[in-house]
Amino acid sequence: MLTKRIIPCLDVKDGRTVKGVRFEGLRDAGDPVALASRYAREGADELVFLDITATNQKRATLVALVRDVARELDIPFTVGGGIGTVSDVEALLLNGADKVSINSAALARPELIDELAARFGSQCIVVAADARFHEAGGWQIYTRAGTHNTGRDAVQWCREAAERGAGEILLTSMSNDGTKDGFALDITGAVSRAVSVPVVASGGAGSKQDFTHVFQQAHADAGLAASIFHFGEIGIRELKEHLRLDGIPVRL
Amino acid sequence: MEIAVVDYKGGNVQSVLFALERLGVQATLTSEPEVIRRADKVLFPGEGEAASAMRELRAQGLDELLPTLTQPFLGICLGMQLLGQHSEEGGGTDLLGILPFNVIRFPAAAEYKVPHMGWNTLQALRSPLFAGLQQQDYVYFVHSYYAPVGEYTIAEAAYPAPFSAAVQHKNFYAVQFHTEKSGPVGTRILENFLQL
Repeated sequence: MLTKRIIPCLDVKDGRTVKGVRFEGLRDAGDPVALASRYAREGADELVFLDITATNQKRATLVALVRDVARELDIPFTVGGGIGTVSDVEALLLNGADKVSINSAALARPELIDELAARFGSQCIVVAADARFHEAGGWQIYTRAGTHNTGRDAVQWCREAAERGAGEILLTSMSNDGTKDGFALDITGAVSRAVSVPVVASGGAGSKQDFTHVFQQAHADAGLAASIFHFGEIGIRELKEHLRLDGIPVRL
Repeated sequence: MEIAVVDYKGGNVQSVLFALERLGVQATLTSEPEVIRRADKVLFPGEGEAASAMRELRAQGLDELLPTLTQPFLGICLGMQLLGQHSEEGGGTDLLGILPFNVIRFPAAAEYKVPHMGWNTLQALRSPLFAGLQQQDYVYFVHSYYAPVGEYTIAEAAYPAPFSAAVQHKNFYAVQFHTEKSGPVGTRILENFLQL
């Protein structure tokens, strides 16, 4: 039976993980490869690396990171963050990334999704969509690290992305992100029903029960979180054991 | 032991090379027919789209060479599908014709997203390729097309109906999942292949 996936997300800058990581027994908590290997051993199903480097060396450091991670890691991983061209994607895939996620560049020029899917196959093209709820206007899509409101309806955009060839949607609720009040069940459910490709839910995870809800009520295919894993608040194995008791298929 | 990984611009070959490297095995990424022919083992990974993969194989003459190989051969993901007769992908594509199956697309269904992406259980394991594994072990899949179950099937998975997770004909073994990305279970399968 296909299982629901648990995905830790690592923010990286200049090839190092950022946002505090409080892990005992990790000699260098800033080393993405060490952290990734630890998550893999603990039962993470995939990993996402979100690159927030803003320098000219961005591409070279990201390619080097992808190579280092791919050399060590025996589970799949996705790389995202400011990726905008066919040649960016090619360099990352050739060096061992399993999937590449695109966000602002896809909204600026949606045909990019078609081009990437045709060139590399849908299975490795993830469209990351950042959505925020507005009392008037509902869920709208933001770009440029959440600073710019495109005014586009979230469900409509995700549907278009999937139709253009995205193999997966990584949906982050900016309204829930960092709150630890749980995933945005309404928009996650609406997107999951609207598209025929897998949906990764992100933003708001604070408890094991939050994952149960996003799988059972919003039909997400995967749940992504960062801080609760980095700070050891929830262990991946204990989370999966909890989900299994709730009747959710997981890999243990 | 000489190990050739067939290079036909078929996607994420680097992951397969790294997986072999973790096993302490040096492999050669090559499209040279002579290097492939004399290798002790041949790995045939692949991701992407069947029609463009077949175009590339034909351009390099590998469509003629591969069916004539006699050493242990392992197709992975698209590298498994390409061993069949015909695929629905790309508006209909003729494949290498080494195994008798046709490749078809998963039907769209609300509960079963396409691509079939993630960790799924293996069942009906029946090959030395899976020595040391247990029924219901998990491996990682990413694919929208599949080979039905037939007499060539050596492992099954279900989504929701059973399909071929692995196939074999003579020296040609192939797996639909990504051995190189399936944790310790995948590593064991690669080790088993290297010992065939």
